[in-house]
Amino acid sequence: MSEFLYLYRLPADSPNMPDSARNMQERLQKWTAWFKELEARGHLRTMGHPLESGGTVVGEGGRTVHDGPYAESKDIVLGYSVVQARDLAEARAAAGGCPILGYGGMVEVRPIRQM
Amino acid sequence: MTASLPDEDFFRRESGRLVSTLTRMLGVHHLALAEDAVQETLAAAVEVWAFRGVPENPSAWLTTAARNRAVSLLRRERTARRFAPEIVRLADAEGAPTESPVAHLPPALRDDELRMMFSCCHPDIPEDAQVALVLSLLSGFSAHELAEAFLVSRAAMEKRLSRAKKMLSGTRGLFELGARDFETRLVAVHRALYLLFNEGYHGASPDAAVRLDLCREAMRLVALLLAHPPAATPATHALAALMALDAARLPARVDEAGDLTELSRQDRSRWDGRLIARGLELLESSARGEVVSEYHLEAAIAATHALAPSAEKTSWGEIVELYDALLRLRPSPVVALNRAVAIAEQLGPERGLEALRSIPGTERLSAYPFYPAALGELELRCGRPADARRHFRAAHRLARNPAERTFLERRIAECERQLSSGSSPDATRPSSSKLSPRRTR
Repeated sequence: MSEFLYLYRLPADSPNMPDSARNMQERLQKWTAWFKELEARGHLRTMGHPLESGGTVVGEGGRTVHDGPYAESKDIVLGYSVVQARDLAEARAAAGGCPILGYGGMVEVRPIRQM
Repeated sequence: MTASLPDEDFFRRESGRLVSTLTRMLGVHHLALAEDAVQETLAAAVEVWAFRGVPENPSAWLTTAARNRAVSLLRRERTARRFAPEIVRLADAEGAPTESPVAHLPPALRDDELRMMFSCCHPDIPEDAQVALVLSLLSGFSAHELAEAFLVSRAAMEKRLSRAKKMLSGTRGLFELGARDFETRLVAVHRALYLLFNEGYHGASPDAAVRLDLCREAMRLVALLLAHPPAATPATHALAALMALDAARLPARVDEAGDLTELSRQDRSRWDGRLIARGLELLESSARGEVVSEYHLEAAIAATHALAPSAEKTSWGEIVELYDALLRLRPSPVVALNRAVAIAEQLGPERGLEALRSIPGTERLSAYPFYPAALGELELRCGRPADARRHFRAAHRLARNPAERTFLERRIAECERQLSSGSSPDATRPSSSKLSPRRTR
């Protein structure tokens, strides 16, 4: 079994905010169901955390490289989780049901270095 | 943390509650800011709860979060200015988020949501905008969803909403209701909720889920009126009864293919018995006062249908009498159309046609597909399929959504079947097919 990091990304310019009660209800339901399924299939190691959109990037000598949530990317990272899977293909397949894909986002799947 | 998800109306309810409460705290001139704060809070809650689960007391969680969000939005807005009394007021409200400093108001209006509802129904705001405003501010509908529900362009709906919100937030007096306004405004609130329910029940949107949402919201909001005694008048009970009795038929109204099924052909075993019982109970408690409102009469009509074992065994005479009373109270060609259809059931199609043709002001029905459709139905029953087809075609040109079009296409096909087989009138009566026209407006 290998471990993978899921990074939930949204393009900074996408209209990612749910704009109605129905939207929100659906989104929460989908995320909850998805996490439940990851867990049921034995993939979920840590659910991880949602991230605030604010923040800063600190460089050498403590100087601020960049204000904002991202370094060089045009994406906002909404949160992350750690999962386990046999290989990248399986981790990738398990990410396919992530609700963020339904509203313009994507999941970055990164193998966690083991040695 | 609880694992359980909030019930399906949760975000609607919370959205309405938070917007109303923040607006009261901030003052109505900050309506837009209150809305922004609430939307951002709810969106953030979705993200946080997805990862951490729903907290024990989600409403309290949201109240605190929304207040904090409002404070930070205000700070951002006010950095250029020096004094922001709203911030102080909000900060003071810490720990006592729902205590309302409006003791001078009639008790029902001390409830933030009712006060918002009454404000949305100000006579200066046009009726269609009142309904949109209620759905936007109290039920968390987006402009996009409302545009779909009311079959207007998104731009038109946004304009309608922003104009109404500008009026609401720009006029202090609009939000500050006195005891004297209460009764007259309650009439407007009833009307708006009635229109809202009808839009869901008979409305133009082809999306059944959207329409069901509208019905549910109308019922939720009318329940809010029932829960606050001064607003729980006999007319409020009658309106709630009408909604329950009509909603009871919803499960049987659409067939497996998603097509509309007329009242006479509905499988009555699929009517919701619990809603019927609830509706009858409400109708009974609506009989307390001396005033008979239009909602009493319409609820009584719905109850008569609900209690009938079949279309044939319906007390049509009673229904005609109720429509007569309704016509005296609210003369309208649509009510007269409904009455004519009931007369056809009671006394036969020729008498129904007479009644239809003698409706004063039929030109007001010229854009209304159910008028020619009713003519077609009765002509067909009189054994004149060629005339019937002409009327159904006229109705088809006026149809406003796919469900209506499909329905009318089936009727046109029936006329053609009869024309080609030359069948006799009494063999053609299509299961005493009665139209269920759009509710009277």
